[in-house]
Amino acid sequence: MPTLKIPTPLRSYINGQTEVPVSGTTVEQAMQSLMTEFPALRTHLTNSAGQLRPFVNLFLGEDNIKDLKGLDTPLGPDDILRLVPSVAGG
Amino acid sequence: MLPELSREEILRYSRHLLIPEVGLDGQRKLKASSALIIGTGGLGSPVALYLAAAGVGHIGLVDYDVVDESNLQRQIVHGTGMVGRLKVDSARTRLLDLNPAIQVDAFNEPFTSANAMRIAEPFDVIIDGTDNFPTRYLINDLCVLTGKPNVYGAIYRFEGQASVFYAREGPCYRCLFPEPPPPGLVPSCADAGVLGILPGTIGTIQATEAIKFLLGIGSSLAGRLLLYNALDMSFEYVKLKKNPNCKVCGPHPEIAGLVDYFEFCGVPSLDHAEGSLGSGWELTARQLAKKLKRGDKIRLIDVREPHELAISCLEGAQNIPLGELAAHLEELDSAQEIVLFCKSGTRSARALEILMSAGFRKVKNLRGGINAWAREVDRSLPVY
Repeated sequence: MPTLKIPTPLRSYINGQTEVPVSGTTVEQAMQSLMTEFPALRTHLTNSAGQLRPFVNLFLGEDNIKDLKGLDTPLGPDDILRLVPSVAGG
Repeated sequence: MLPELSREEILRYSRHLLIPEVGLDGQRKLKASSALIIGTGGLGSPVALYLAAAGVGHIGLVDYDVVDESNLQRQIVHGTGMVGRLKVDSARTRLLDLNPAIQVDAFNEPFTSANAMRIAEPFDVIIDGTDNFPTRYLINDLCVLTGKPNVYGAIYRFEGQASVFYAREGPCYRCLFPEPPPPGLVPSCADAGVLGILPGTIGTIQATEAIKFLLGIGSSLAGRLLLYNALDMSFEYVKLKKNPNCKVCGPHPEIAGLVDYFEFCGVPSLDHAEGSLGSGWELTARQLAKKLKRGDKIRLIDVREPHELAISCLEGAQNIPLGELAAHLEELDSAQEIVLFCKSGTRSARALEILMSAGFRKVKNLRGGINAWAREVDRSLPVY
């Protein structure tokens, strides 16, 4: 299964895990499976229309999925997705 | 024409002069160069110290805060003897002690749309060492509009990010983050905590990138975002590309001047106290104490993390960490008066929004959090 790496600010919504396996063959399916398993994440990642919020960046390997095929980007079983959050601390 | 180095400077910078990539000409470049550091906190401290030590001839420092004891765990440009002093004065004193030959300008004012152009104008490179989203977007737009590089760093607990946003050559901050997260969604270091060394690591990387830019050497972080994890001791990179729809650096920009960044980020402006909602949905520590004394039946909900209870707690309060609140709504009675609190009022303001959106109306936020209670009601409790 593909793996999703979760940044610290969101880990409290996935029982403190640093990464979780996600199911699906596209980024969209993977994100839906994640939010079904951890519903508290949904308000953080999506807007009221269910779309990913603009500050949520997903990278497949080194590439932003916005530079690939967006949510339709295909996922292989060994792929690693990474959420890169907005962080303000200084 | 680059300035000459004095005999004293040749001795001081001898380890730089020995490096072919720097050498005498490079050191003269640094002497002629300038850097503006926005924020003299966790990130700004190591940046300022290293740029001063390296011989950057003109350094600007922007901050409007005073040194507090809780800063000293990570803000290493300040010392215990400077507690209560203006941060820019404290930092300037330290930098001039480190390197008396440089010029250090202190700007004891908030960095805003009104003064940013004026303050930044003489400087070659801008370093983002701030702790809030409005100023980060302001710095980005300023750098895009003026063609200056924005050396970026940001931290959270054990994780840090760094990059160089230089719109002339690559993406800007808005290309990656077109919009800020809603207020309260991303906790600040003041609420979430931060490993004291973390800003040292990220700030030192920012200083490195600034020096490389000023010298014109090496490959910069432009077009790459460094993701550092102190617990894993991992340094990973992701690629950043220019967003063709970017509102400030794209081919059809909508932003031609600096805007109101507090409004853009949906947060109260600087004249509001931390954790203040500016509405009728909060009460002060003294008001809460009065209500409890006269026997009002109030359900106190502490939304801090469990480990914070060992520092201070309120008798009778129930601990439901903010991240778990949504899952515990059924346990709460919307007919009962509820008062939410955290450390300083920011997380409980977010908790208030969660309860409000679930239909709760008899709910208030303790303004200033348990720290306000410790200052105004029960002085036996520590402030943290």
